[in-house]
Amino acid sequence: MNVVIVFFAKNGFDRAAQGVAGAGRRLANELGIKMQAVIIGAADAALMEATQGVADGVTIADQAELHEYQPELYLSAVTQICQGLAPQAVLLSNDTYSQEMAARLAYRLGGSAAGDVTAIVVSDTHIRAYRSVYGGKAEAVIELKRSPAVLWIRARAFDPAPQHDSTAEVTHAALTLPPAPTRIVERKSEAVSEARLEDAQIIISGGRGLGGPEPFEELKALAALIGAQVAASRAACDSGWCPPTWQVGQTGKKVAPKLYLAIALHGASQHLAGMSDSKMIAAINTDKDAPIFKHCKFGIVEDYRKVLPLLKEKLAAANK
Amino acid sequence: MNIIVCLKQILDPDIPGRDFKVDPLAKEAVRGSANLVTNIFCENALETALQCKEKIGAGKITALCFAPESGEDVLRKALAMKADEGVQVLNDGAPNPDPLLVARVLAAAIRKIGTFDVVMVGRESGDWGVGQTGGLLAEELGVPYVGFVDHIEANGSGVKLKRQTDSGFEIIEAQTPLVISITNDEHNVPRVPKTRDVMMSFRQTLTKWSVGDLGVDTSESYYEVAELGIPIKESACEFITGDTLEERVGQLAEKILAVKRAL
Ligand SMILES: Cc1cc2nc3c(=O)[nH]c(=O)nc-3n(C[C@H](O)[C@H](O)[C@H](O)COP(=O)(O)OP(=O)(O)OC[C@H]3O[C@@H](n4cnc5c(N)ncnc54)[C@H](O)[C@@H]3O)c2cc1C
Ligand SMILES: Nc1ncnc2c1ncn2[C@@H]1O[C@H](COP(=O)(O)O)[C@@H](O)[C@H]1O
Repeated sequence: MNVVIVFFAKNGFDRAAQGVAGAGRRLANELGIKMQAVIIGAADAALMEATQGVADGVTIADQAELHEYQPELYLSAVTQICQGLAPQAVLLSNDTYSQEMAARLAYRLGGSAAGDVTAIVVSDTHIRAYRSVYGGKAEAVIELKRSPAVLWIRARAFDPAPQHDSTAEVTHAALTLPPAPTRIVERKSEAVSEARLEDAQIIISGGRGLGGPEPFEELKALAALIGAQVAASRAACDSGWCPPTWQVGQTGKKVAPKLYLAIALHGASQHLAGMSDSKMIAAINTDKDAPIFKHCKFGIVEDYRKVLPLLKEKLAAANK
Repeated sequence: MNIIVCLKQILDPDIPGRDFKVDPLAKEAVRGSANLVTNIFCENALETALQCKEKIGAGKITALCFAPESGEDVLRKALAMKADEGVQVLNDGAPNPDPLLVARVLAAAIRKIGTFDVVMVGRESGDWGVGQTGGLLAEELGVPYVGFVDHIEANGSGVKLKRQTDSGFEIIEAQTPLVISITNDEHNVPRVPKTRDVMMSFRQTLTKWSVGDLGVDTSESYYEVAELGIPIKESACEFITGDTLEERVGQLAEKILAVKRAL
């Protein structure tokens, strides 16, 4: 039996991949079994080296059809490789593709899946996954009844794995892939130049109370002054004031910056689910009873329109 | 295009945290005085389907719900939004059946409904937030699956999809039939039904089946909720005070700058 961790080469050995490896290693140790890494796509030397340094074995499928993600092909590839590795658990990251794949992979392997997992424990022989439910208002422990347990995890919630001295052996898998009834024909990234929201140290986030797209421009200007990134609530994204990639929350990005400044944002549990792990939360809101304040270190009860111009002035002055 | 939209009835996710309670023995939320509502992503899905049908000017939208008697409200609302038909599979078993069972029930109902081009589900439900029904359903039906779609249009004999990714979006060409999950964006905010259509919806007949009618095997367990609890995570907020706004914002700026300097 093995714990299998799945990497998509395009993502590299990012913080999320490190978290997956860390979670995998701890689980493998607890179960007393080995950890095998699976890489799909064309891996660069850095990814290979890092993966060989954390896993006990590496299987890579990098044939041309797998250089870019295609849902049916990647699913087939991961399934085929897992079938040869006798997995007791398969851990995936929290990117779009892992989320899209997890349940189907579990189905094909005869196992059970759980998503957005924040902790994994073993109880008797069963694997249990912690995850938040009811829009972040409650936490559940889910016992997976079939094997393998296929878990996509909130990767940054897990510490990275230690690198070992030895270098794991690499197996190249040559797979027969099915025809693809779905094809991604165009890929578009917004603001490629910006760092990822998940990696931001300071985030300024705007809610529906901003009232329109223009204030988001002011938030951007503010953010530029302190090297912060801008995020938003679902209500602001749904209003079309900012792109969906800015959404933080249960069904948006999960972030944990040093400071999260929420402006005219209520703090619904579904929003908190994406940012309550922040080191420090602060808010500007006209309503002193807004739930966001219950999670704040500090805050101002005031109309943001009065606060922002002054705040900008003061932060700009400090930059001089 | 024939579209089947799966709609789930859930406990109102907007109830404030202070009113939210769980029953740790039953491992369920306590309903209390909260309403039952249609899961928001299911309404986003129905809205996406309606817009697609309106654009093509033809096709049929069937709303499908697996729920106890109360689920009828979900289907009435779907009809009021202008879905063509409503099908309910009555759930007289566990209030929160496991994801594989739900997928098996929905798959059996879809086979009984007959031909379809697209099955739509929400990206996840606002109660248990499982996010697996779409994928499991696709596997049960033996068709492809695409997640996080926010727009669909006809494309030759298949469909063209736009879906959200971590960093932007992708355009996907797909053959039908297939299952897709729908996520929210500014264009699929669910419409509010007209009063007249709400009245009309009560005159339409719903199709109702039992799990027994569908011959679904309900014995296998996929997963079980072992524990359910409410984490306490509140902190005492320091509300910044001062004689003038200028002074207060000055303190705010200082606190922000302190974080920045410590990076
Ligand atoms: C299944 C599900 C998943 C969801 N996922 C997410 C998610 O991932 N992310 C997310 O954000 N939401 C999510 N939601 C939605 C969530 O429940 C809330 O509806 C949403 O977060 C509200 O956004 P908001 O705080 O910007 O808006 P509102 O609730 O409208 O709050 C606006 C706030 O602005 C304040 N305000 C107004 N004017 C001013 C002013 N001039 N100055 C200062 N303050 C002002 C108000 O006091 C209020 O607190 C989800 C909901 C469901 C059901
Ligand atoms: N009981 C149900 N009846 C109809 N559709 C459902 C049901 N449960 C889940 N779904 C569909 O699956 C989606 C995702 O739900 P879940 O996988 O439970 O998070 C929902 O948005 C619905 O479209």
